Amino acid sequence: MTLLWIAVIAASALSFVQKWIGYQAPQDVLERPRIARITRLLPIALLGALVATQTATSGAELVLDARVAGLGLAIVLLALRAPFLVVVIGAAAAAAALRALGWA
Amino acid sequence: MTAAAPAPPPRTDAPGARLRTIRRTGFSIGLATGLYGISFGALATASGLDLWQAMVLSAVMFTGGSQFAFVGVVGGGGSALGAALASLLLGIRNTLYGVILAPSLPRGGVKGAARAQLTIDESAALAASGTDDAERRAGFWSAGVWVYVFWNLFTLAGALAGQHIADAAAWGLDAAAAGAFIALLWPRLRSGEAVAIAGVAAFVALVTTPVLPAGLPVLAAALVAVAAGLLPSGRSRTAPPAGPGAGRSRSDDGREETR
Repeated sequence: MTLLWIAVIAASALSFVQKWIGYQAPQDVLERPRIARITRLLPIALLGALVATQTATSGAELVLDARVAGLGLAIVLLALRAPFLVVVIGAAAAAAALRALGWA
Repeated sequence: MTAAAPAPPPRTDAPGARLRTIRRTGFSIGLATGLYGISFGALATASGLDLWQAMVLSAVMFTGGSQFAFVGVVGGGGSALGAALASLLLGIRNTLYGVILAPSLPRGGVKGAARAQLTIDESAALAASGTDDAERRAGFWSAGVWVYVFWNLFTLAGALAGQHIADAAAWGLDAAAAGAFIALLWPRLRSGEAVAIAGVAAFVALVTTPVLPAGLPVLAAALVAVAAGLLPSGRSRTAPPAGPGAGRSRSDDGREETR
């Protein structure tokens, strides 16, 4: 139990250090065109990866389930220029409905 | 949301109105993400953590993926050390966000510590959707603060409620998270290059998921952006200055990088 507490506190503190240290990178390096371009592209890659893992993975496995339908509806809503919250709720509702019906 | 418009300004509305829209979006993100905290709180207590340990993770660690990894390892019978390592692996991307955000956010003091603590997927993503520093700041602080408030509130609720609503999937909350990420990505897909990078990154994340430890697939996918940025195509100097960070790179157009 005590060991678990140590892990909780140590991991939490180190998590803060991880966040803090990113801000300490020297800015003149960041302003080089190539680096600036990479930092502009990074969020696109990270978000693309997060969409994929959040939609189609469960632990270390690839899983196709009701989340795919949720993502599909989210994309339709985005194409229709729906507000952010509508997109998020729509995705949840689609997945929840399919599961409630036992279809996914 | 105005960020969903396919092209960057011309701006017709006042900056104040745009900032209000960004802050509203930040609140929405905070509420939607925070609700997911219910399942974290419930899962944490179901995995053998007590209420206070769940709350320390949400208040101090405060990065959802790492927290789920931590309780997942503990719940699966793993060691406390393994749980800590898994959470830190997942947290590496927050370092990356800090690198990206540093030019737009205040340094030092209490605010410097606060910006570090609030650096998570949602705040970094909303910040990066801004077209100038004021918008990036508004996005970062609104998403960061509201996620923090709701995430901790709902962690407490979930930990107290125990397993009654531990099955967040029945409510579609897992799909809600996917919907939130695609909604944040959508406004960035303005060019074929952006679509290609997002697509390849998604592919890399999926194919590496079965073979890499939790958290690393997303980082492997980040390498796609690094590779694309390093491509010797010359596009880095001729690309139209659209998107986040564009103002910064444009101001440096005169500088040649030696390589």
